[in-house]
Amino acid sequence: MMEDQAVSDHARTIAGALILAVGVSTGAQTPQRQAGATQAPRLTNFPDRPKAPQEVLDRGRGMFGVNCAFCHGSDAGGGEVGPNLKRSTIVLDDQAGELIAPIVHGARVDKGMPRIDLTDAQIADIAAWLHSLPVTARTDPNAENINIVTGDAKDGEAYFQKTCAKCHSATGDLQGIASKLTNSKQLQQWWLMPAVSGRSGMSTLPAGLHVPEVTATVTLSSGETVQGVLTRVDDFDIWLTLSDGTLRAFERNGDQPKLEVHDPLAQHRELLLKYTDKNIHDVTAYLVTLK
Amino acid sequence: MKRVLASISALFLGIALLPAQSQSLDPAKLLKPATDSWPTYSGDYTGRRYSPLTQINQSNVKDLALAWATRLASGTVPAPGAPPVIVGGEGTLAVTGGSGIDRGIRGAVLQVDGVLYATMPDNVWAVDARDGHEIWHYFWKTKGGTHTTNKGVGMWKNWIYVEMADNYLVCLDAKTGKERWHKSISNFDEQYFSSMAPIVIGNHLLVGTGNDLDEPGFLQSLDPDTGERQWIFYTVPMKAGDPGIETWANADASSHGGGNVWVPGSYDPDTHLYIFGTGNPTAAYTSQLRGPGDNLYTCTLVAINVDTGKMAWYYQTSPHDTHDFDSAQTPILVDGDFNGKPRRMVLTGARNGYFFVLDRTTGEHLVTGKLSNTINWSKPDLDKNGAPVHDPEKDYAIGGALVNGSVTNFPPPAFSPDTGLMYVPTSDNYHMVYLTTTDKRGAMGLGGIQEVPVISFGSYVTAMDYKTGKIAWQHRYPTASTQPGGGLNGMLVTAGKLLFTGDPSGNFIAFDPANGKPLWHSHVGVSNWPETYMLDGHQYVLVASNDSLYAFRLN
Repeated sequence: MMEDQAVSDHARTIAGALILAVGVSTGAQTPQRQAGATQAPRLTNFPDRPKAPQEVLDRGRGMFGVNCAFCHGSDAGGGEVGPNLKRSTIVLDDQAGELIAPIVHGARVDKGMPRIDLTDAQIADIAAWLHSLPVTARTDPNAENINIVTGDAKDGEAYFQKTCAKCHSATGDLQGIASKLTNSKQLQQWWLMPAVSGRSGMSTLPAGLHVPEVTATVTLSSGETVQGVLTRVDDFDIWLTLSDGTLRAFERNGDQPKLEVHDPLAQHRELLLKYTDKNIHDVTAYLVTLK
Repeated sequence: MKRVLASISALFLGIALLPAQSQSLDPAKLLKPATDSWPTYSGDYTGRRYSPLTQINQSNVKDLALAWATRLASGTVPAPGAPPVIVGGEGTLAVTGGSGIDRGIRGAVLQVDGVLYATMPDNVWAVDARDGHEIWHYFWKTKGGTHTTNKGVGMWKNWIYVEMADNYLVCLDAKTGKERWHKSISNFDEQYFSSMAPIVIGNHLLVGTGNDLDEPGFLQSLDPDTGERQWIFYTVPMKAGDPGIETWANADASSHGGGNVWVPGSYDPDTHLYIFGTGNPTAAYTSQLRGPGDNLYTCTLVAINVDTGKMAWYYQTSPHDTHDFDSAQTPILVDGDFNGKPRRMVLTGARNGYFFVLDRTTGEHLVTGKLSNTINWSKPDLDKNGAPVHDPEKDYAIGGALVNGSVTNFPPPAFSPDTGLMYVPTSDNYHMVYLTTTDKRGAMGLGGIQEVPVISFGSYVTAMDYKTGKIAWQHRYPTASTQPGGGLNGMLVTAGKLLFTGDPSGNFIAFDPANGKPLWHSHVGVSNWPETYMLDGHQYVLVASNDSLYAFRLN
């Protein structure tokens, strides 16, 4: 039930809106103020359990390895027979082995969990180790450092020549691209859609890479035309950054003034509706050879 | 005689102008749509978010202006001039900011007897609807938990109910903000977190909760007086033999299968059915241990008899979901013509981008449509029930799978009986989904993959024709590439032929609901969804912008 994207996009929207605030003045006059504590306290998505001493954890892990891992996996994340204990409500609710002990001592024999001959103290050590394991709804995407280059470089080169070579070349703008963008995942995200600013941590481009900006031509009813970088547009206003760096705003009224947008990445947008995943993987496999 | 009448109405007006009346809500009133209040999450039980008010209409909307604005200060320190903060809570953390903590008004704001009730996570306010002054502020010291968007309060008689992120339901005196009691509704140790707006139906208080780890979803009905549980409905099979178990690998998978209930549903008083959408199955993306089945009743529209807690029917809108496409969107109950006959229907626009029309008494499938032209997570053909079929090739890949993200989300849609159209906030966007674990068991919760955004093609108001399931019109919000995408906002539509919502650029806009033409706007930066009511002879339109409330009426 991840809501984060909508919220964070929204937060950015509001931030953008504040920077470029136009229109109604609200009259809300509350001054800047610091509410409550000066430093945000530590907020966790689950109880922040105190960690047991290392010798307890070592004993617990050893005991688990000998008695439990065969069924529940060496990481307690589940095996062929035994369920994942990390997400088990018994384990999550347990404090120091008190809920785990009855089951180890045979309460679920009818459900296939055999009785294990462990003392309450041993079970408490196992519980301490179980409670020290990170149990989170999210995982570190880079934990296994998986190579995302799975495509065929030859097919990728052929596809590149057919589809991309009108604008790009391996000896021109993309020369040495794989040396500039050494992270293959970043390289792939970058060539799919460059300069999606502010999103996904991909916004910082290495030196030497340039993504042209979206420009626009505004034609006023007088016939005057104004060109500039399209900085902001909504249903009511157009904001252009002119070549001298100044910002010029135009109020919109239906089709007036006329707005013509020049998006240098328009073809990238269109291609995103056409690529197969194989095309994408192949082109990346080709681009990573351009060192 | 005329003069007498005039003075009598002046007398009534005088009484109405007095602040702080009874501040009580008879649950029977919720059965009759009221225009002088906004007494429940969607304004009424239908979920239509349609108001019959016409004082503000197309001919005068240009004169819509700010009546007042007020800023609310979360935390334990009152805003200047505000009364002392009432502090409660079982925890020790007074969370007032930081990353991942939502500090905006992003839910429903109730209005009863001239008093507004607004929330942020850990905070509840009562605000005078006539001038915006703060009447009371309740703050909750938390144990922790995912502090996601709070969806608002519920009201029963003179009590206010709110879910706190660390899973306490708190009952407050509507008049004073003093706490009457609080109850745990789900277990923080199991990583639940709560944000749903409680829904009052008669003497039932319905509360749901959320979870991103692999724990089961449920809806509970509580006694609003005592908080005692009346019934609990698990959205997934909890043991062998439970209905739907055949759609899971085993009971361990199903009882850790998610399907959480975090957005209010709608209610049909004629059938006593409460109809709501359930969240995604878990593990959300790496689904191998769930088995190949549909994973009922996750991502499903479920109809429950509110008296018994028993399911009357279900319709799964995203069988075997693998994209975190919660079907937690507020469904809309519509009585209307269908194939030449009157029909009692329920409409839903799902996060997976599909639109459904069902018979709301039986659950019979009537129409499937699409809210977007860029959906690519599913196969071209629907299944035998009219539901989409997920394409495993688009789940994820080591090299990344290019797939659409959420087309809509919890911000609610609206329906106008005047146009026959349902208005859905939508977004066309793609991301790459990378498989980031080689563990054959997959990962728990939302783990095991990485979603990296690629593009937002645009955000829209999408008007759906329920008779055909086709898009009647779409208004694409123009944006420059340097502006952020996304930012879906909920809808309000009125008999004054106005459709209110917020765009991604911070404008609060009134559209023509017939064609999506913008008629009025104010740049306030909308963070929740608009509502409307009559107060002292004026029609108000109220909207929140992060920590502020803005009340508009005709100048």
